[in-house]
Amino acid sequence: MESHEGERTGVATNIIDAIVAILVIIMGSTVIYGSRKLGSEWTSDGPGAGYFPFYIGLILVISGVGVLYQALAGKVKNTEVFVDRESLGRVLSVLVPAAVYVAAIQFIGIYVASAIYIALFMIILGKYSWLKSVIIALAVNTVFFMMFEVWFKVPLHKGTYDMLSFLGY
Amino acid sequence: MEELNALFQGFAVVMTPMNFLLMVVGIVLGVLIGVLPGLGGANGVAILLPLTFSMNPTSAIIMLSCIYWGALFGGAITSVLFNIPGEPWSVATTFDGYPMAQQGRAGEALTGAFTSSFVGAFVAVVMITFMAPLVAKFALKFGPPEFFSVYLLTFCSFVGMGKGSPFKILASMTIGFALASVGMDTVTGQLRLTFGFHELMRGFDFLIAVIGLFGIGEILLSMEEGLAFSGKSAKIDPKVVWQTWKKLPAYWATSIRASLIGIWMGITPGGATPASFMSYGIAKKLSKTGSKFGTGELEGVVAPETAAHAAGTAALLPMLALGIPGSPTAAVLLGGLLIWGLQPGPLLFVEQKDFVWGLIASMYLGNLVGLMVVLTTVPLFASILRIPFSIIAPVIIVICAIGAYTVHNAMLDIWFMLLFGVIGYMFKKLDYPLAPLVLALVLGDKAEDSFRQAMLVSQGEMSIMFSNPLVGSITTLALVLLLWPLISKLIALVKPPKQDEFAAERPVD
Repeated sequence: MESHEGERTGVATNIIDAIVAILVIIMGSTVIYGSRKLGSEWTSDGPGAGYFPFYIGLILVISGVGVLYQALAGKVKNTEVFVDRESLGRVLSVLVPAAVYVAAIQFIGIYVASAIYIALFMIILGKYSWLKSVIIALAVNTVFFMMFEVWFKVPLHKGTYDMLSFLGY
Repeated sequence: MEELNALFQGFAVVMTPMNFLLMVVGIVLGVLIGVLPGLGGANGVAILLPLTFSMNPTSAIIMLSCIYWGALFGGAITSVLFNIPGEPWSVATTFDGYPMAQQGRAGEALTGAFTSSFVGAFVAVVMITFMAPLVAKFALKFGPPEFFSVYLLTFCSFVGMGKGSPFKILASMTIGFALASVGMDTVTGQLRLTFGFHELMRGFDFLIAVIGLFGIGEILLSMEEGLAFSGKSAKIDPKVVWQTWKKLPAYWATSIRASLIGIWMGITPGGATPASFMSYGIAKKLSKTGSKFGTGELEGVVAPETAAHAAGTAALLPMLALGIPGSPTAAVLLGGLLIWGLQPGPLLFVEQKDFVWGLIASMYLGNLVGLMVVLTTVPLFASILRIPFSIIAPVIIVICAIGAYTVHNAMLDIWFMLLFGVIGYMFKKLDYPLAPLVLALVLGDKAEDSFRQAMLVSQGEMSIMFSNPLVGSITTLALVLLLWPLISKLIALVKPPKQDEFAAERPVD
């Protein structure tokens, strides 16, 4: 994949692996804590609500420890770079706008947010002309609107500030 | 011949113009989903599920299962023409399919792939027709301990058959179980693991997880690779189809072997991918032209495609007969059954005859219709892949967001979807399998119920899992599979294992 070995900088895969394993252990401990509080013991009318989750949490912690051990002290350590700067940039260039898009849905509703999102994505990342991007964005969302609101009668999120209220849906 | 009677009744149910139309729509949508990056069988069906809430269950399952067939067919198109496996089980199809396309024999490769997919599915459906009622009848006698042992077997076989670190498989599975237990406890009505957040009362819906893990995660992965599609074009005309069909009977032995491997592996969870690799490997070893595999042999396309499709179809057997799905897509279909108010499990064959046999009949018809649709419309679908990624990607993210929202009409679910997307991306990169997580999330509540009921019966004694020969042997088998990574290491100490030559290519799924 890479042509210049020296240019690939970043964190090694097994470090990320270890971090995720620690997160798994934390999650497992949380589950154990939560189910202990619920009652993981045998109650008067049978197993308590936390009986099953308790064991799940336990296995979660054990497997987390196993992964952690394999990542840091295993025989074959994967020390390849997890993701280099360029790829990370590309991933974030999708992820960050997607997060902004989801936040936008909350306020202006799915249709308006989607149209803006598709148009901006095409213009900024795809380097398309304004006109083409806006036309495609509007076309796609008109199809969705017809499909969900009109044909299948499944109402979608309109947001706090509904700009499409004049359509009557 | 009770089954045949029931089957013909099923055909009568399916053969209405409306259902037939839904079948074609389902196939076309399915192929589309299979071809598009970021949309696959599981999340495609998950996104379209809310659209079927108002349909009657039989029509709805016909459309959704046809989407599944379509997605299975669609995976072959991208493998052959673009060298990009649309689904993990079509990885093995690229070995010979893409070289064939490079030599200008794309039409032949695709016809071979589609036809053998059809053959594999057909054999598997015949098996389902006769086996599923038997299994269901047998399972009617199951009590809670038996059911829990079957759940145990399902999950342990992920560890035993899976590839990669067993700890990661275990972690992925228990994360699914942990997420499944969030929310209202079905037995005591207590709120569990919500830590005071009322929005969490609903729990984590597996549909959201499927859409995020497979949809958003896949988009992030494609983006990282900076995907640019450069594919071969395909023209399929009747002449090519006819010539390929004349060649195919020569590979009858491969087809039969591949179908059997597919059926066997498909019934166990996560089986389609290993089945396709195993079938390819065996065909390579046994074929007269085995040494030419990898350079564009038609037989090298036939073997994995037949097995993958047979496995994909056979995965529906445990879903129908026991209520335990064999693949994430089958799990989504099972989720659909619950939403339409049907209780999956052995009773389905007794209480919902029309539904079950309608579904089985639609498997026969759906695959036939699918074969015809894909053979005639390949160029159209191939051209969809030429739409630039910067248009496809935002549209797919929008579709995922809509899909996530419609499940519960909850805004928070869209955020969860995004979170699951990040998890999916990380897990894919770190070789955590995703299928166990999804299946555990779907089956978590039911597995827990059967566990608690079994424990109630025995007053907390684990020995109930060995209380009779049936439950004892299933539990033992499950434990052997769970400890298989250790056992195989011990065996390797005594006798060095043969090297699996495709180990590196096989994806973790």
